[in-house]
Amino acid sequence: MKPYLSLRFGKRLSFQLHKKTVLFSGIALLVALAVTVISLGMGEMKIAPLDVVKVLLGIGSDENALIVQQFRLPRILTAILVGAALASAGAIMQGIIRNPLASPDVLGVAGGASVAAVAFLLVFDTVSIKWLPPTAFLGALLTTFLLYALSWKKGVTPMRLVMIGVGIKIAAGAFVTILIMFSPFLLQNKALLWLTGSIYGVDWNDVFMILPWVVILIVVAAVLARRVNIQQLGDDVATSLGSSLQWDRFLLLMICAALTGTAVSVGGDISFVALLAPHIAKQLIGPSFGGALPLSAFLGAVIVLIADLIARMAFSPIEVPVGVFTSAIGAPFFIYLLYKNRNR
Amino acid sequence: MNCLLASNIRKILGVVIAILLLLYLSYASLVFGVIDTSWQNAIDAYTHFNGSNEHIVIKEVRVPRVLNALTVGFCLGLAGTLLQSLTRNPVADVELFGLNAGASLFVVFAVTFVGISSLTEFTWIAFLGAAVAGFVVYLLGSFGRDGLTPVKLVLAGAAITALAASIRHAMMVLNEKAADEVLFWLAGSVGGRKLEYLATVFPYMVFAWIAAFLLARPIQTLLMGDDVAKGLGQRTLLVKLSTGVVIVLLSGCAVAVAGPIGFVGLVTPHLARYLVGIETHWVLLYSGLLGSILLLLADIGARFIAMPAEVPIGVMTALIGVPFFIYVARKGLDKE
Repeated sequence: MKPYLSLRFGKRLSFQLHKKTVLFSGIALLVALAVTVISLGMGEMKIAPLDVVKVLLGIGSDENALIVQQFRLPRILTAILVGAALASAGAIMQGIIRNPLASPDVLGVAGGASVAAVAFLLVFDTVSIKWLPPTAFLGALLTTFLLYALSWKKGVTPMRLVMIGVGIKIAAGAFVTILIMFSPFLLQNKALLWLTGSIYGVDWNDVFMILPWVVILIVVAAVLARRVNIQQLGDDVATSLGSSLQWDRFLLLMICAALTGTAVSVGGDISFVALLAPHIAKQLIGPSFGGALPLSAFLGAVIVLIADLIARMAFSPIEVPVGVFTSAIGAPFFIYLLYKNRNR
Repeated sequence: MNCLLASNIRKILGVVIAILLLLYLSYASLVFGVIDTSWQNAIDAYTHFNGSNEHIVIKEVRVPRVLNALTVGFCLGLAGTLLQSLTRNPVADVELFGLNAGASLFVVFAVTFVGISSLTEFTWIAFLGAAVAGFVVYLLGSFGRDGLTPVKLVLAGAAITALAASIRHAMMVLNEKAADEVLFWLAGSVGGRKLEYLATVFPYMVFAWIAAFLLARPIQTLLMGDDVAKGLGQRTLLVKLSTGVVIVLLSGCAVAVAGPIGFVGLVTPHLARYLVGIETHWVLLYSGLLGSILLLLADIGARFIAMPAEVPIGVMTALIGVPFFIYVARKGLDKE
């Protein structure tokens, strides 16, 4: 039996999917759905999973429908979108930088997006909130450029990139703190959450604000999947295979920055999701990006969903920012990676 | 060795200039701020205290602030130098090493769950936290064939900092009352601390300063490499251990007084070496003095950036320190 499924659309477009990819993506999707249903039912008012499903199908009671649709669903959808965006960004970045420790949050790209987002909220408080994701995206992009430029010394080595990224992350944190000092009190609480990452109090507007960005960017990334595969082979091989190396790298970093910025514009700097999800995906199905991207996205969604569920329920009625839990899982994993790659 | 101050006379002259600069900055720190006052007023506050606002501000706010900045800066400068010598690593610093994060975590834990409020206990817990975090980061960074490389150190520090921060954050969300108590401390500031804090830890500070200078000569030998030092009859393990203890004492004292302040100890040893070369006792002295100067400057800057609000001084030092860190990372990693 072939390990691949071939999908053909006309003569120009075709995909080859590993069966394992389909299997694990399916499982991740099911887990995501299950957690969604459970999470929708949890809270001050407990709703049985079956009733939740009824509401989702449009046949539930009015009271349940109000709670689920108005209060809980936006938050859950945001968790899914943010998780998927972060994880895809992480998968792309690890593919390009070829370093298992690289991810947009460790390298300060998410931090740069946070600075831009908080500055936007502070300075342009009259401008429509719709412009928040592009602003955060711009911040992420500028940070990426800065990171690349500062790491450039006759080429970029992954190690220098990581070091300078850590520095940029710390500087970004300092800038956010200063911006918060300048902001009015009302904004301070919301801005503070940016530093840890939280999806507390999001509504449908937030969902619709990021939905198109996340969908478009992930689709574009999927279309570019084979270019990431080539990048993974190393600069020399990629060049000799006829890939326009620098252009591809630039394009992919743009997408990575855009995804990070989109996620940050709603959820803030939710740490380590972008690191965890791609690693788990690669453990399950290997490094081919065509499969790793969708699976990473699903896993990222699952991670943020679960972390958010714990953040809401663990110390109820007090809510802990979701970033606290992703760090609590992610940081030990990062230490493990550090240990595993100790001889690199 | 090429350095700016080659002869001993120049070095002593340099120290005198540094002290004069410190005096001037202390004066500036006393006089400038939300309430500008005059030097005459500052003296009167002690000789002819009349209970006016200005006098109270000087006695209760400005003077403690100057003394805190001076001593904490000196501690951080020394700690950075020792840390960089011990790990033979140009990017070692109490912040990057996770010592600050560890101390913060332990203090928050103690306040939240044990209900600690006495200053002495506070200080010891900060010591303990710094020690535990430093040990873990050192261990994590030393894994693998090449031992403690700058990159591994930075990453291990970042990971431990993230972990400690997330646990700390969760504890603070859960116990808001305790959070209020420690929040001002966590921001890192030399202002708003009464002199009692400093008085409590000052004996430890002085002890650590003396110990640091006594260790200068053995460390100088150690810098030639473990094998050479052993060959010369040094008990390297003992030297390393005592250096570690002194580092923890220094950073613990600094954290207990002023909260987590990073990057001072990263910047000053490099400047000191640029000025006086590699002789450890001179580097220590200069690094300490520069630490005090830097912290005073940062503190004055922190008052003016967002006047009348104050930027946490840890933020100021991070903004000064990060460009420097990037510069060192670019330069230092090439040598490998």
